[in-house]
Amino acid sequence: MPKFEYAPAPESRAIVRIEKSYGLFIDGAFTRPKATFPTINPADETVLAEVSQAGPKDVDKAVAAARRAYEGVWGRMSGAERGKYLFRIARILQERAREFAVLETLDNGKPIKETRDVDVPIAAAHFFYHAGWADKLEYAGLSASGADVPRPHGVVGQVIPWNFPLLMLAWKIAPALATGNTVVLKPAETTPLTALLFAEVCQQADLPAGVVNIVTGDGRTGQALVEHPDVDKIAFTGSTEVGKAIARSIAGTSKKATLELGGKAANIVFDDAPIDQAVEGIIGGIFFNQGQVCCAGSRLLVQENVHDQVVAKLKRRLATLRVGDPMDKNSDLGAINSKAQLDRITSLVEAGVAEGAERWSPECALPAKGYWFPPTVLTGVSQTHRVATEEIFGPVLSVLTFRTPQEAVAKANNTAYGLSAGVWTEKGSRILWMADQLRAGVVWANTFNRFDPTSPFGGYKESGYGREGGRHGLEAYVTTAPATLTGAVR
Amino acid sequence: MTRLDVRKTYKLYIGGAFPRSESGRTYEVVSAKGEFLANAAMGSRKDVRDAVVAARGALAKWSGATAYNRGQVLYRVAEVLEGRRAQFIEEVAASEGLTPRAAGASVDAAIDRVVWYAGWTDKIAQVLGNLNPVAGPFFNVSAPEPTGVVGVLAPQTSSLLGLVSVVAPVIAAGNTAVVVTSASRPLPAVTFSEVLATSDVPGGVVNIVTAQTAEVATWLAAHRDVNAVDLTGVAGADGVDWAALEREAAGNLKRVLRPVLSDGVPVEPDWTADPGLTRIRAFVETKTVWHPKGL
Amino acid sequence: MVTVSTTTRTAQDLTAQARDVLGVSRLTNHALTSWLHGLPGVDQVGCEARAAALGTRSVKTTSKAWAIDTAIGMIDLTTLEGSDTVGKVRSLCAKALVPDALDPRTPRPAAICVYGDMVATAKAALGDSGIHVAAVATAFPSGRASMAVKLADTRDAVEAGADEIDMVIDRGAFLSGDYLTVFNQIAEVKQACGAAHLKVIMETGELVTYDNVRRASYLSMLAGGDFIKTSTGKVQPAATLPVTLIMLEAVRDWRELTGVQVGVKPAGGIKTTKDAIKYLVMVSEVAGDDWLSPEWFRFGASSLLNDLILQRQKLTTGAYSGADYVTID
Repeated sequence: MPKFEYAPAPESRAIVRIEKSYGLFIDGAFTRPKATFPTINPADETVLAEVSQAGPKDVDKAVAAARRAYEGVWGRMSGAERGKYLFRIARILQERAREFAVLETLDNGKPIKETRDVDVPIAAAHFFYHAGWADKLEYAGLSASGADVPRPHGVVGQVIPWNFPLLMLAWKIAPALATGNTVVLKPAETTPLTALLFAEVCQQADLPAGVVNIVTGDGRTGQALVEHPDVDKIAFTGSTEVGKAIARSIAGTSKKATLELGGKAANIVFDDAPIDQAVEGIIGGIFFNQGQVCCAGSRLLVQENVHDQVVAKLKRRLATLRVGDPMDKNSDLGAINSKAQLDRITSLVEAGVAEGAERWSPECALPAKGYWFPPTVLTGVSQTHRVATEEIFGPVLSVLTFRTPQEAVAKANNTAYGLSAGVWTEKGSRILWMADQLRAGVVWANTFNRFDPTSPFGGYKESGYGREGGRHGLEAYVTTAPATLTGAVR
Repeated sequence: MTRLDVRKTYKLYIGGAFPRSESGRTYEVVSAKGEFLANAAMGSRKDVRDAVVAARGALAKWSGATAYNRGQVLYRVAEVLEGRRAQFIEEVAASEGLTPRAAGASVDAAIDRVVWYAGWTDKIAQVLGNLNPVAGPFFNVSAPEPTGVVGVLAPQTSSLLGLVSVVAPVIAAGNTAVVVTSASRPLPAVTFSEVLATSDVPGGVVNIVTAQTAEVATWLAAHRDVNAVDLTGVAGADGVDWAALEREAAGNLKRVLRPVLSDGVPVEPDWTADPGLTRIRAFVETKTVWHPKGL
Repeated sequence: MVTVSTTTRTAQDLTAQARDVLGVSRLTNHALTSWLHGLPGVDQVGCEARAAALGTRSVKTTSKAWAIDTAIGMIDLTTLEGSDTVGKVRSLCAKALVPDALDPRTPRPAAICVYGDMVATAKAALGDSGIHVAAVATAFPSGRASMAVKLADTRDAVEAGADEIDMVIDRGAFLSGDYLTVFNQIAEVKQACGAAHLKVIMETGELVTYDNVRRASYLSMLAGGDFIKTSTGKVQPAATLPVTLIMLEAVRDWRELTGVQVGVKPAGGIKTTKDAIKYLVMVSEVAGDDWLSPEWFRFGASSLLNDLILQRQKLTTGAYSGADYVTID
C-alpha cells in the first residue's frame, strides 16, 4: 500500500443545473421535449436527463431556421459584427467554464481535470481565435485569385462525436460562424448535454435566432441532416465507416464535406529519445481521455534496443495512474463513454490476446457500476494483428518494435489511416526527416496530443479530408473560387 | 513524286515507356470533320492498373525532389512543347476542328500555362503553408504535401490546353498522375506524352491512357491505391455517371475534384480563364508538425 | 529521531566503485564525459509539463494532514546568514524543539542547518532531541576555495559534531567539462565526512539546463553523495519542481542501476504548504513511497515551517489561523 493516499477530492456538481428533459434548440428557442431518450452518466449508469430524438421534420425546421437566419441576418452581417458575437460566446464559455467542465464530465465520463484543463479552455480559445477572423477573411489567402472576400456556403450541417463533445462543437461552430455560415449541429447520442447548455450560451450572447440550431438524436437524426437537400456543407467528425457513408451520400451533388475520421497513430521512440518525457508522451498519447481519441498514439513503435527499458518505465508509470470517479480531481482515467464502446474495446483486446499479444494492466480497482476498462499494454504485437490495424478507441496500447528509421516509417505508414504520428529522438535532422516521411496530418515530435486553435488538424488517406483550426480550417467553410470557372473541391 | 509520309503509331504512355494496350485493342480516331486520323490504343482497366503501379512507383522520388527541380522540369516541358508548336497546332486543329489561328492560340495558351505552373512549384508551400502561433512553447508549422497518386479524367473537348491545365497542377504539387485522355480527341495527349518523355519528367510521373472514359473511369475511381481523382473529364463523356464515380471514390476516401456544374450538369471549364489555385489546393495535404522549444 | 544510513567511504573506494559502474579500468575525465553525456536527454517542455501536471493533484483532509506532518518532519530548518549569532541559532533550535507551542503533537523538523561555526551551539541547544545538525561546508555558497580549505571546513564541522554536511560542487569545473575534478572533490569531502551524512549541493540555478542537472546528479551519486540537493538558497532560481523531478528520476534510476538509494533535498524558495505538498506528490509518484521519509527526502527551508503549522492548526481547529498564533524563531 502506498504511504501517500489521496483522500477523495470530488468536484462539486452543485454548480450545474440539469433539466429533467430537453427539447431541441431551433430558431433561438427550445422546443417541447418529445420522443425522448435518456442520457446517462457512464461512470455510474445513472440517468442524467431525457433528451429529444429529432425526426426528419425537426431537422427540416432546423435547416429552414438556419436558412432564414443565413439569408436574413447572418449572411448579410458585417464580419466585424459577427466577430463580436463570437467574442461574446468565448467570454461566456470562460465565465461558465466550471459549469461546462462538470457537465461534460458527468455526461461523458472523462476526468474533471481534463474537461477543466483541456476541453473547456480550448473550446473557448477556438471561439476567441475565430472571432478575430470574421472581419479579416480577405487576408486569409483563400481567394482563387485577386482579393475577393471569400463567400460562405450557407447552411452547414455538423455532426460531432462523443469523445470531446463541447470541444468538437467549438471546432465546428466557431469557424462556420466566423465565415458567415449558419449551423445545424447534431451532438452525439450519448453526450448531448453540453451542446444543449451551449444553446443557452447562444441565448445569453443574443445570437440571432436560427444562426445556431442544435438537434439531438441518434444516427438517424445525423443521416437526416446529412441528406437534407437544403444543407450546403457537411462537417463530420466520427468513424471512418460513417465518413464513407457520408461521402457516398453527397456524391454527385454540390454539397461540400469535411470529414475528420479515425486513426491508428504510431508513436515512434528512438533509442536516443528523452526517455522520461517520451514515457509521458506515450502515456498521454494513449490514456488521455481513456484513449477515446482519434489521434491517440495507439501503436507504440519502439526501437528494439530500448524496448525492454521503455516498457519497464512505461509499466512503472502506468502503476501510478489513478482510475476512478471522473469527478475526483485526482482521477487520471475516467469511465468509458458507453456500454457499446466498452464491449468493442473488450472484444478487440481479447482478439489481440488470442492472436498472441501479451496483455498487462496495473493493479487497479475499478468501480462496480459504470463502464470501466483498465489501462492496458499489449506487448509482442505484430503489424498483422487486429490490435495493430484496427482503431480500438480505448485505453489500450499496442507495442511493436523496429530496428531502423526506414523500418519505423514503413510500419508507421502501413495503415489505411493517416491522422497523426509521434516521433521521439534528440537528433534534430532525424526529426525533420521522419516528419517528411510520415503520412499523417499532424506530426508531434518530442511531444504528443497537443491542440491549438491556430494549428490545423486533420488527416491523410482514410482519416478523412479537410483541416480544422488555423487558417487552413477556414477553407472548408468558404467558397474559394468562382465555381463556374475552375471546378470545385468536394 | 511526293514522298509517302511515315505515320506514327499512337500508343499508351506508362512508366516512361510507350506500350500498346495489354488488351490489344485499338479504336479509330477521326478529326472534327470525321476524317480518319489514326488508330489509337484502346486502354483497358488493366492498363489503368499498370499505370497506377507506375505512378505509385514514381511518387517517392518525384514528391521528394526539390520544388526547384520540379519547376525546372516543368519549364523544360514548356520548352519542348514550344519546339513542337507546329505539330501541336496541326493536331489540335484536326482534333478540335479549329482554324490554324485558333489552334495556335490554344497551343500558345497551353505552353504558357505550363510555364505558369512551373513557376508555382516553389511557391506552393510558401503560399499555402503557415507558421502557427500556438499558445505554448512549441514550434508549429503547417505545410502542403502532395496527396499522392492522382487519377485524372482529362477534358473531352480541349485536347491540349485542357489537358495541360489538369495535368500540370497535379505534378507541380509533387503528385504523380494517371491520366485518362479525351476519348474522342486523344492524339494531342499522345504527342504530349512524347514531350514528357523527352523533357526530364521521370518515367511514371505522368501516365497517359487513351481509352473510352466510361470503360475505365470506374476502375480508376475505385482503385484503392489512388489517393485522389479529378473528374473534370466527365463533362461530355459518353455514358459516365459522375455521381457513381464519386461514390466509388468514397471507398478509400479519395479526394475528389468535382466537375464544374451548370444547372446540375457537368460542363467543361473555360480553359482560357485564370486557373487560380483550386487545382493545386485540391491535391495537397496539409501536414502540421509540432516541436517543443526549450533549452 | 531521524535515522540516516551513512557508510564511511574513502576516496579510493569511491573511485574504484565508479570504475565499476562505468566499466572502465581508469577513471578519466574522458570516461566520465562519455558516461554523463550518454545519459538520456531531457526535453525541457515535457519535463515542465509533467511537473506542472503533478502540481495539480488535489490533496485534501486526511491526506493533507498526513502530508503536513510528513513535510514538517522533513525540514532542514535553516539559517545561513552573515548576521547569524549564537542567539539566533539557539532561538531556531528552540523552535525546532517546540514547533507549535499550542500543539505538542506537532512533529519536529529533521535537522537544523547552519554554518560550520554554529554547529557546536546548535548541538548544545538540541541535546539528545534526535534533531540533527547539518552544516554547510566547502566554502559555501560559492565553493571558490582551495581543496585544502574545503576539506578543513568539512573536518571542522564534523569535529564540532555535525551529523550532516551540505557541500557545494565546483560549478565552474562542472560547466567547463572538468567532471573529474568535481568527482574527486566530492569523493574527498565524503571521506572527510567520516560518519557524517553528505549532501551534495549542485546549485542547479547555475547549471541552467535540465541536461546539466541530470548529469550533475549522476556525478554526485557516483562520487558518494548520500543526498543530492538543489541549491544553496543564495542563487535564483533555487529549488523548482521540474529540477526536483529530474533529481527524483535520477535517484530512482540510480537505485535500479546500482542498488544504492540516494536522498533528495530541494532547498530555497519553498515557502508554502501548497508548494511542499506538490513536492511530496512528486516524490510519491516519481521516485516512489520509499523516498517519503526524512531519511530520503528533505526540504531546505526556513519560513516553510510556520506555514505548515498554520495549515496544521486550520485542520485541527477547523478555523483559519493567523500569524499571531505561530511563533517566529
